[in-house]
Amino acid sequence: MTPKELALKSIGYRKNILKYIYGANAGHTGGSLSCIDILNVLYNHTLNVGPDNFKSPDRDRYIQSKGHCVEALFVVLADKGFFPESDLETLCRYKSHYIGHPTRKVNGVEQNTGALGHGLPISVGTALAAKMDKKAYRVFTLLGDGELPEGSNWEAALTAAHYKLDNLTAIIDHNKLQITGRTSDVCNTDPIDQKFESFGWAVRHVDGHNFKMLQETLDELPFTEDKPSLIIAHTVKGKGISYMEDELKWHHGVPNKQQFAQAIEELDNAVAAL
Amino acid sequence: MGAIIDNVLVSDKANLEVFSGTLQNLAELDRDIVVVTSDSRGSGKLGPFGQKYPAQIVEIGIAEQNLVGVAAGLASAGKKVFAVSPACFLTARALEQIKNDVAYSDNPVKLIGISAGVSYGALGSTHHSLHDFAVLRAVNNITVVAPADNFETEQAIAQAATSNHPFYLRFGKKVMPALPADIDNSFNFGKGRIIREGKDLTIIGTGETVYPAWQAAEKLEQDYNIQAMVISMHTIKPLDYELLARVAANGNPIITVEEHSVYGGLGEACASFLLQHNYHNPFKIMGIPDEYTVTGSQNEIFNHYGLSESGIADTALKILKQKH
Repeated sequence: MTPKELALKSIGYRKNILKYIYGANAGHTGGSLSCIDILNVLYNHTLNVGPDNFKSPDRDRYIQSKGHCVEALFVVLADKGFFPESDLETLCRYKSHYIGHPTRKVNGVEQNTGALGHGLPISVGTALAAKMDKKAYRVFTLLGDGELPEGSNWEAALTAAHYKLDNLTAIIDHNKLQITGRTSDVCNTDPIDQKFESFGWAVRHVDGHNFKMLQETLDELPFTEDKPSLIIAHTVKGKGISYMEDELKWHHGVPNKQQFAQAIEELDNAVAAL
Repeated sequence: MGAIIDNVLVSDKANLEVFSGTLQNLAELDRDIVVVTSDSRGSGKLGPFGQKYPAQIVEIGIAEQNLVGVAAGLASAGKKVFAVSPACFLTARALEQIKNDVAYSDNPVKLIGISAGVSYGALGSTHHSLHDFAVLRAVNNITVVAPADNFETEQAIAQAATSNHPFYLRFGKKVMPALPADIDNSFNFGKGRIIREGKDLTIIGTGETVYPAWQAAEKLEQDYNIQAMVISMHTIKPLDYELLARVAANGNPIITVEEHSVYGGLGEACASFLLQHNYHNPFKIMGIPDEYTVTGSQNEIFNHYGLSESGIADTALKILKQKH
């Protein structure tokens, strides 16, 4: 897929994220919009996974550590054909499997996540199994920058480097906001790159909304043989909707009718501008 | 006294040693068996395992949360994982990983809590696990097991290895004599094992308290001509309700004995079932009371809290006196 095709797809994904969050009157809007371009490139360019091979032990794995941005994952999985998109009309409804965090009851979801600091250790175990079995599949996990203070991430970062898991890639959706405020004000984790490098990882920075850059960076994995890879994706929370961008209140804010209409209009205009 | 299983005498070892030996036998036959440890291969008696099957042991270092998360990842990719760590750390520090990454996600990790209860008696409360039954009983989708003797340990490990669901198994490092197997020489998860028949009262133990419960029953017969039934309730969850209802039906007193807090463990699990099913037998929970636990060897702590031949026998005499 070309960067332009990916850009068009992302606009559709953003519309669906907003549509289903608006319909459910719940969801993590800002973070889903910040990570959607990353998921787009992963599922439409990088990952060797789809509904046809999801049961195959050789498939690539994507494990979403920042589980609260499940709406981004759901719209991509629906687009890939894991389930009918109309299922998302039940988002957060009584007895729906499409709840506010990923669960394996939804086809295409690898692991039940939602508590933060869990995706990386599970991904390390999965990548380690691939090495033990001499299999070629790769493991990708998406972390929020706000979950980095969870100690389990750093425990897992040590293990990943210790076992030379160059089949493991962690991507940080670095939108620099979390529910309380700026991540740098809540618990400053900078410099993230130097910390991971000192733990034995190979680190790259990328514009998390630049499709070409995302594609090229993911194509170069692993960055260094025998090292796990970290991509720090610089993103904007609420990306694509003018009044949501970099605004704290959209962490889990839900647009009202007028705001929703404006958002869709902006996305339609973005299509025209492509 | 010993039990014969597949022509191998299983007797008089620490359950921990039986665990590691059993696991070696399994690993020989199945290369997907993987042990994950947190700098605990020595205390888990897994040194020989590591030497014999270096490709089947994963060292995490002292990081229990990561231990369980990595174990879940390995299990999700088809490995048959035994995550081994002292019970005190495994079930407290890594509880969220057990709850989410193992139980909720149904990743078939076998969590092995070594040196459980007050096995590390003199090391103090940091190293005691008197909460593990309580917390894991409240977590959905995990079988909780405390084998009593070498036979139960071997069976529990071998059977758990074939399951595609999560387990927590805990045991200590004390040498455990074999319990009589003449009444019931079978082991099935969720089914209590009758060690001794008795018409006057029932003593239900779990893990390493079953042996002193049996000793107490022998003493009661010899000294007082009292016939106590003894059950090894090795599976705390799911609990054998059928057996409980059967032994409660005659109205006899019931004593539960566990190396665990009196809160939230075997005793309260039994009491909850009995009360909700209108059994009003005289009932006593023996375990570690809610206080700063006394320190000393495991035996000394057992003696201090009456989890001993004489302590259990005394409790039996008292409860029988209340009844009449």
